[in-house]
Amino acid sequence: MRAAFADPVLDAQGAFRALLHAMSHPGRVVALDAAPDAPAPLMPAAAAALLTLADAETPVWTDAAGEALDWLRFHTGAPFVADPRDAAFLLATGAPPALDALDAGTDEAPQEGATLIAQLPALAEGRGWRLTGPGVEHEHRLAAEGLPPGFAAQWAANAARFPRGVDVILCAGPRLAALPRTTRLAEG
Amino acid sequence: MTDALPMRPATRDAAYNFAYLDEATKRALRRTILKAVAIPGHQIPFGAREMPLPYGWGTGGIQVTAAILGPRDVLKVIDQGADDTTNAVSIRRFFNRVAGVATTTDTRAATIIQTRHRIPETPLREGQVLVYQVPMPEPLFRLEPRLAETRRIHALADYGLMQVKLYEDIAAQGEVGSSYNHPVMVGGRYLMSPSPIPGFDNPKMHRMPALQLFGAGREKKIYAVPPWTEVRSLDFEDHPFRPVRAPHACSLCGSTGSYLDEIVTDDRGGRMFVCSDTDYCERRR
Repeated sequence: MRAAFADPVLDAQGAFRALLHAMSHPGRVVALDAAPDAPAPLMPAAAAALLTLADAETPVWTDAAGEALDWLRFHTGAPFVADPRDAAFLLATGAPPALDALDAGTDEAPQEGATLIAQLPALAEGRGWRLTGPGVEHEHRLAAEGLPPGFAAQWAANAARFPRGVDVILCAGPRLAALPRTTRLAEG
Repeated sequence: MTDALPMRPATRDAAYNFAYLDEATKRALRRTILKAVAIPGHQIPFGAREMPLPYGWGTGGIQVTAAILGPRDVLKVIDQGADDTTNAVSIRRFFNRVAGVATTTDTRAATIIQTRHRIPETPLREGQVLVYQVPMPEPLFRLEPRLAETRRIHALADYGLMQVKLYEDIAAQGEVGSSYNHPVMVGGRYLMSPSPIPGFDNPKMHRMPALQLFGAGREKKIYAVPPWTEVRSLDFEDHPFRPVRAPHACSLCGSTGSYLDEIVTDDRGGRMFVCSDTDYCERRR
């Protein structure tokens, strides 16, 4: 079994601040200082996000199998579920499940909406989507390669049911960007 | 002030986990904080822990700070704008001891500012985090004591009750009755308590470049306002919200734009007005 964070306390804190910065500034690509050496196909940023946030209290869904699943299971201690709708956190190494197939919380408890962590081949700022909403001063551009073709329409439907909804963390290697449910996305 | 420059102790007290809380508690807090940022103005319950100081002394703010704090942060703590009051000094020393983190009184040098009831006069910048200590997170609690009912009101965004309260204030007194803790609408969706900051500070929350996090320890709630988010003080078109400050200049620095505290100087009616923000005031003298 490979190790997780070299320093479980401070590396988790660093990863959390990267996540917090990303969630506060939608579409901003943030690099992690210390990411774990996770088994393939897990990317460092995605593995770090799950290690930082998931534990025995949070049901997790993933499409990873074999050594990667064993590694996640051992290091997070989280219960893994088969149905994406039952998960608080989802880690998709391949095509992510449809957003409307995930727990969106309720109007009284929208915080119960799931967090989807999706692994992508590349993230780039300055081109692609035009993002607006809380956390964005005027407009921010983000190009996320590898998402399914209907993602923008799925995202619009997700934003329309605010305050219910799903939040997304996009990962590419050791870098990540976040799309909180408040973000409006226009295709460039 | 003794620690105007960032100050770092040699070592932190290794008998405690970094930043006092255990890792499972921090994870739960961190999950809550991320969801709070994703749903601006929405109060989220969390499992508040007992802290080594009593409720009412900032246990909510301290838990939020402990969950986000890292070894490279520079922490500033203010109580009613002052860096040198008991509460501010105690909390700064607490984190200095359990996290070995550098502390400062300089608003510009701080990465995290924990505050009780003020927003600093110096404009905050992107990347800074303002952590509010909140005694009562529910803006409707004087109007609707049942929490189950306030949850429903927030779910439906049915805030007529609060508009009626403001209307009654204006009808009875000619003006809105709350000089502090004046409710705000966040992102056009959630009614939120700004914590008991003076109305003077309310406009600073609107499209603030810094991240604002709110922690209520006794009431066990966390909420947030992301950077660049719309925050409007509740009012009426014909009775717009007006931030109020004492019509004086600061007796120490002469500022006519900052929020002032009134200080009684003798028992014959003598008084003076000085800036509530000590860092801002000292920098101007």
